[in-house]
Amino acid sequence: MLFTLAWRNLWRNRSRTLITMASVFFAVLLSVFTMSLQKGVWDNLTKNVVSFYAGYAQIHLSGYWDEQVLDNSFAYSDSLNQIVLQQPHITGTTPRLESFALASSEQSTKGSIVVGVDPEKENMVTKLENKLTDGKFIQLSDTAVLVAEGLAKKLQLGVSDTIVLIGQGYHGSTAAGKYPIKGIVKFASPELNAGIVYLPLLEAQNLYGAPGMLTSLVLSLDDPSNLNKVVSNLRPIIGNAYEVMPWQEMMPEIQELIRTKEGSTYIIIGILYLLVAFGIFGTLLMMTAERRYEFGMLMAIGMKRKRLAWVVLVESLLVTITGCLVGVLVAIPLVSYLHTHPIRFSGQMAEMYEGFGFEPIIPTVFSPPVIIEQTVIVTCIALVLSLYPLVKVFTLNEVEAMKR
Amino acid sequence: MDTIIDAHNISKVYNPDTIPVYAVNNVHLHVHAGEFTALVGPSGSGKTTLLNLLGGLDRPTSGNVVINGVDITQLSPSQLIDFRLHNIGFVFQSFNLIPVLTARENVEFIMLLQNVSKKERDQRVTALLAEVGLADKMNVRPAQLSGGQQQRVAVARALASKPKFILADEPTANLDSVAATKLLDIMAKLNQEENMTFIFSTHDQRVIDRARRVITLVDGAITSDTGQTPTD
Repeated sequence: MLFTLAWRNLWRNRSRTLITMASVFFAVLLSVFTMSLQKGVWDNLTKNVVSFYAGYAQIHLSGYWDEQVLDNSFAYSDSLNQIVLQQPHITGTTPRLESFALASSEQSTKGSIVVGVDPEKENMVTKLENKLTDGKFIQLSDTAVLVAEGLAKKLQLGVSDTIVLIGQGYHGSTAAGKYPIKGIVKFASPELNAGIVYLPLLEAQNLYGAPGMLTSLVLSLDDPSNLNKVVSNLRPIIGNAYEVMPWQEMMPEIQELIRTKEGSTYIIIGILYLLVAFGIFGTLLMMTAERRYEFGMLMAIGMKRKRLAWVVLVESLLVTITGCLVGVLVAIPLVSYLHTHPIRFSGQMAEMYEGFGFEPIIPTVFSPPVIIEQTVIVTCIALVLSLYPLVKVFTLNEVEAMKR
Repeated sequence: MDTIIDAHNISKVYNPDTIPVYAVNNVHLHVHAGEFTALVGPSGSGKTTLLNLLGGLDRPTSGNVVINGVDITQLSPSQLIDFRLHNIGFVFQSFNLIPVLTARENVEFIMLLQNVSKKERDQRVTALLAEVGLADKMNVRPAQLSGGQQQRVAVARALASKPKFILADEPTANLDSVAATKLLDIMAKLNQEENMTFIFSTHDQRVIDRARRVITLVDGAITSDTGQTPTD
């Protein structure tokens, strides 16, 4: 009968119960939605930034990242590639040979980054072909180049014109070559757009006198969330001769930016929790004050505090659990829908995103840990607040309570 | 006759350190089994406070209350609740039934707190509600009952725990004369036929007229006590 009493008590003041349930419901819904959205936005940003150039992880010769020169390149071998590809969660590798050269036309000269790539594989990581604004994409067997739009403009060159590259090759040799421009690529990053040239890998190795050498091997993963696992697995396997660097180590400023933004998200969520807590506490406060006389009467006729507290606790649990369940049941399809059908920008905002090479969307992540974490947090807040009427029951004076 | 309540020089003083107010002032009182006693007096004379002290709802500032040989002033708050459950029935002025439970459940509730078996509960609830003339209102919630009917459910609830005595604080105050008379008839019948002891505070002359013992309180002190059961 005590459970019946608790259940019926809930419905004696329908509005109060529904308001409390709604507070819990909206708390779960909003916190799950906000966290999923924020995580989705940052994951998407990371994906965009990472796929912009660096990839999620790279293998270099040990020390290369601190001193990025050709002499710190390594010999690309099938055995190394096979070892890497045998590791779980690694779906592919993309070789690169990067160096520096003076790029010249008849009119002008400019320092630029020269990247030797396997065009097909590179396309899988950075979607380079999508950045093509003029001409055609290069093939591995070509002896032609892709030039960034800004650099082409500076040198007053276009498709089918010839670009001259002069620089220092492997072990101090001279690197010089002239190449027809097969395509123009446009980057949102002004830095890259002003000075990058893509060569087929074999041609780059020829140019720099470094046949079979690479400066980096970019790793593709099945799921970015496995990055840390992949890096820590790979490090002991390939040994000290090589360094395995996740994007966070290669681009610490991006990592720092995301951390800072995540911090501000937690502040927003914290404010949300606070608002919800006040909402729930307000109704509990009202309920406790309203039923003070009744609590006193029940104790007067012989109901022990523990039993009374049990009834009140069951009431709180029913409200909290119902609110949470409904919240989760609505949050799951909502987050799932927005994960598969992300909010899409249009107009100027979309152009701005696309200008940076980003997809103009705000996706959510559909992550059971996020849903569970937020539900548990809101449940805990509601349960902690439910202690208030219990404290009142345990400290109530029957006679004082029954004074109207 | 058996002494059920033995109150020795009990006082209840509010604001003892500033301006002391004696709600109950040095009251010495014995109540025997089977009494039908009215506590009367003007408002503020200390009737309700004295009932609270006799019922273990409140503690005296001095003196002690012995019920059936147990000094209840020495019991812990938790022991007091348990003591009340098994020894004292309460009827309140404003009925104080649990609004979400039916008449049957309200009466059964006390026995549930006493861990009485389901079978015994069912039998007793049926008998008690029949005794107060509400056999046909068993499954009705308090809001659907008249004031008099609610108070009769409250009497049945008070009886359900098989208490040593019933304390009723102005039980007819919120009832019309017909309902009040009916309630008094039931209480008198229970007193006469089952020897149930009733102590009630009242202003109502009809109640006072039905009482066999009338204790008058003024400013917290007993000024007269008529019809007292003679001690052996």
